[in-house]
Amino acid sequence: MTTTTTEPTHKATISSLYARNARAVVARGLKATKSSNWVIVLSGFFEPVFFLLAMGLGLGTFIGDVELPNGTSVSYAAFIAPALLAVSAMNGAVYDSTWNVFFKMHFGKLYDGMLATSLGPLDVAFGEITYALLRGGVYAIGFLTVMQVMGLNLAWSAALAIPAVLLVAFGFASVGMAVTSYMKTFQQMDWINFVMLPMFLFSATFYPITVYPGWIQGLIKALPLWHAVELVRGLTLGVLDGSMLTHVAYFVVMIGLGLAFTTVRLRALFLD
Amino acid sequence: MTAPVIAAHGLTKRFGDFTAVDGIDFEVPPGESFGLLGPNGAGKSTTMRMVGAVSQRTAGDLTVLGLDPDSHGPEIRSLLGVVPQEDNLDTELRVRDNLIVYGRYFGIPRSVCATRADELLGFAQLEEKRNAKVDDLSGGMKRRLTIARALINEPRILMLDEPTTGLDPQARHVLWDRLFRLKERGTTLVLTTHYMDEAEQLCDRIVVVDKGAIMAEGSPSALIRQYSTREVVELRFGSERNAEAAVRMAGLVERIEVLPDRVLLYADDGEAVLERVTDLGLHPTTSLVRRSSLEDVFLRLTGRSLIE
Amino acid sequence: MTTTLTDAAVAAAAKPRRFGAWYIAEHQLRGMKAYGWTIVAGSVGNPLLYLLGIGLGLAAFLDQPIASGADGLVDYVWFVAPALLATAAVTVAMDEFTFVIMAGFKWRRIFWGMNASPIAPPQIAAGLVISVVLRMLFTCTIYYLLILAFGAVGDPVTGALMPLVGVLGGLAFGLPLMAFSASLTEDKGQFALVQRFVFTPLFLFSGTFFPLTTLPVWLQWIGWISPLWHASEIGRTLSYGSPPGAWPVGWHLAVLVVLAVVGWVVARRVFVRRLRAG
Repeated sequence: MTTTTTEPTHKATISSLYARNARAVVARGLKATKSSNWVIVLSGFFEPVFFLLAMGLGLGTFIGDVELPNGTSVSYAAFIAPALLAVSAMNGAVYDSTWNVFFKMHFGKLYDGMLATSLGPLDVAFGEITYALLRGGVYAIGFLTVMQVMGLNLAWSAALAIPAVLLVAFGFASVGMAVTSYMKTFQQMDWINFVMLPMFLFSATFYPITVYPGWIQGLIKALPLWHAVELVRGLTLGVLDGSMLTHVAYFVVMIGLGLAFTTVRLRALFLD
Repeated sequence: MTAPVIAAHGLTKRFGDFTAVDGIDFEVPPGESFGLLGPNGAGKSTTMRMVGAVSQRTAGDLTVLGLDPDSHGPEIRSLLGVVPQEDNLDTELRVRDNLIVYGRYFGIPRSVCATRADELLGFAQLEEKRNAKVDDLSGGMKRRLTIARALINEPRILMLDEPTTGLDPQARHVLWDRLFRLKERGTTLVLTTHYMDEAEQLCDRIVVVDKGAIMAEGSPSALIRQYSTREVVELRFGSERNAEAAVRMAGLVERIEVLPDRVLLYADDGEAVLERVTDLGLHPTTSLVRRSSLEDVFLRLTGRSLIE
Repeated sequence: MTTTLTDAAVAAAAKPRRFGAWYIAEHQLRGMKAYGWTIVAGSVGNPLLYLLGIGLGLAAFLDQPIASGADGLVDYVWFVAPALLATAAVTVAMDEFTFVIMAGFKWRRIFWGMNASPIAPPQIAAGLVISVVLRMLFTCTIYYLLILAFGAVGDPVTGALMPLVGVLGGLAFGLPLMAFSASLTEDKGQFALVQRFVFTPLFLFSGTFFPLTTLPVWLQWIGWISPLWHASEIGRTLSYGSPPGAWPVGWHLAVLVVLAVVGWVVARRVFVRRLRAG
């Protein structure tokens, strides 16, 4: 990674990484969206909608209703919709913090330009994450609207799914940034998919994890996507209980660790 | 005289209404080092592409190695080495693999490719970089690798399109040295350039092209003799005062060129002219007496300078 | 002098004229070797995950067969396995016929290097296709062995043709895509749109996870034009026979062949036009 640093290396503090101006990076992202790639940005909204239509309507005809742990039952579409929302929050956040950052770093050389100004690498990181979250929030509102239109009976607590989705996205993005800092080639980026795919397939996305033996369930419950799915599902279906605090806590810790990790990596890359 | 390896008569290329190459004639005998000199957009690259059998001519005759490129493209390209204007090395392969893979395009057996690749890495002074990634090479090294790649099929004609554009002076000299060795070995070189020093260094014979047509033809020294004086005095008076000074110096020499940033006086004895300028009471901020170059030939022929 | 040179040229061009496409394929395969482990891991890992997650997990949850073959109802994993295999081939096509093509013309520019050699543009296009076919065949063969290991094939003998059908499906999707990619001179995110509005809907609405007839008629047309559906249906027939009322295999094959051939003809023309334009 070729970058220039203006600070002497031995007195590196957080202030040389962060100039409290992530706004400028967000503003650039919004401008770029408006002027060039809004169709592509908009297209991201359709991905979970297609999944919901295909799996909810198609596969749903064979499944009928799904019984929840508390005894109530809901339509299959209502069961998978919140999971798809959580998955799209994960996908969007991971895409933005890995592929997108990687491309800008190595090909677009966008960050070299930004870092030549007073902006520090943390401004760039925060800015990119914030921009990604803005997008994720817009997608979430759109998707909840689609759910409502499809008659998936959202509970009042579904409104809380929006901040929940943002929390989930923040968690994945903060870790994604740190991981990207290790990447050198496009092919290495493929390995990220190898981590995402099993989470997508196994985290109670399309069916309850009770089909698995206990030890596999334990494994799944250790992964972030399961917490995200359970949290969002509880909120859209209105099945609220104390376990939700665990899910929230999981992501708070993930964000904390992710940001700490990212800061360490940025310091290593830009200041040492 | 031996038959030419390239012969073009009335060679023309049109793109819609635009005529890129306008009925040019030239022949290149084997072993010659032949240059197409002209500014960007003069039609040099288009001519190179037609000779390289990757672009069909609109009209005229063209034979390369005695064959018509329209019907015998693969045959011609088999004995051609091409160094394009923009590097197109495979950045996903390592340096030596680039040579081997390219050799395979010519149907050369793998073992022969490997032997030649090692020789060529020596020739291109890249032995130490044989296992490096292409992206880690400097601009000059990439060009040398591209030249080495173009030689993998032991071509009878080596075509170079702007071989040193974008390189720093030292890298250019290293490259010229390599090309000069090829010339000594008798490889026919065809190159385009908009650098007159490059043409002077490397070419036995030059055609000056502008707007798709040939303006003049000859060896560099003959062209300079024919179209310019022995020496040139370059004077700068500041951009505001150049034209005014030129009027006052009008009688001193038979030819004066006023450029935006300087005035050129053409004379056989530059120092003498410079003295007479001072006698007129003119005091240029800078003055330089130099030998005429192809740049002056081009200016004379077209009224424009080569690099704008 | 010139006559001997002319003879030399004719002799030198003989091999590239005949084998040019194979030399290009050789180059591409050498390039793939750089990320060979990613290909291998993907070829083994993806099927495993899908078979576990969908073939076993979702099947356990469904707890009833949803599709039938020639001899009545079939296991869910039998039903999805041929479609997952075909999807793998289409995914390879999505990988190799988008950015790789644009890079060859625009970023790495290696097609221009090939173009200056004796190899002609149609051979360059053919060489790329050969290398992708080999990669698809590799991926599909591993996929087939894994679904065999999962007991997800009705008749292992006729089923063994599934990798070939997968490759054909991959080409029916990939060759038109190659023509499209080769015609692009600028990256404005078109491939992201292809991914989202072509690849994903085809994957979801092609009777991959449930029979196409489950969908309302106004969505079924997606399957009819989808290489994935046709390849999946042929695969299913090879595995456990087709139920009464299904399309004849010949029709499915015909659609795939037509898509592939038309895609190839257009792609070939785009390559020639682009490389011989200037």
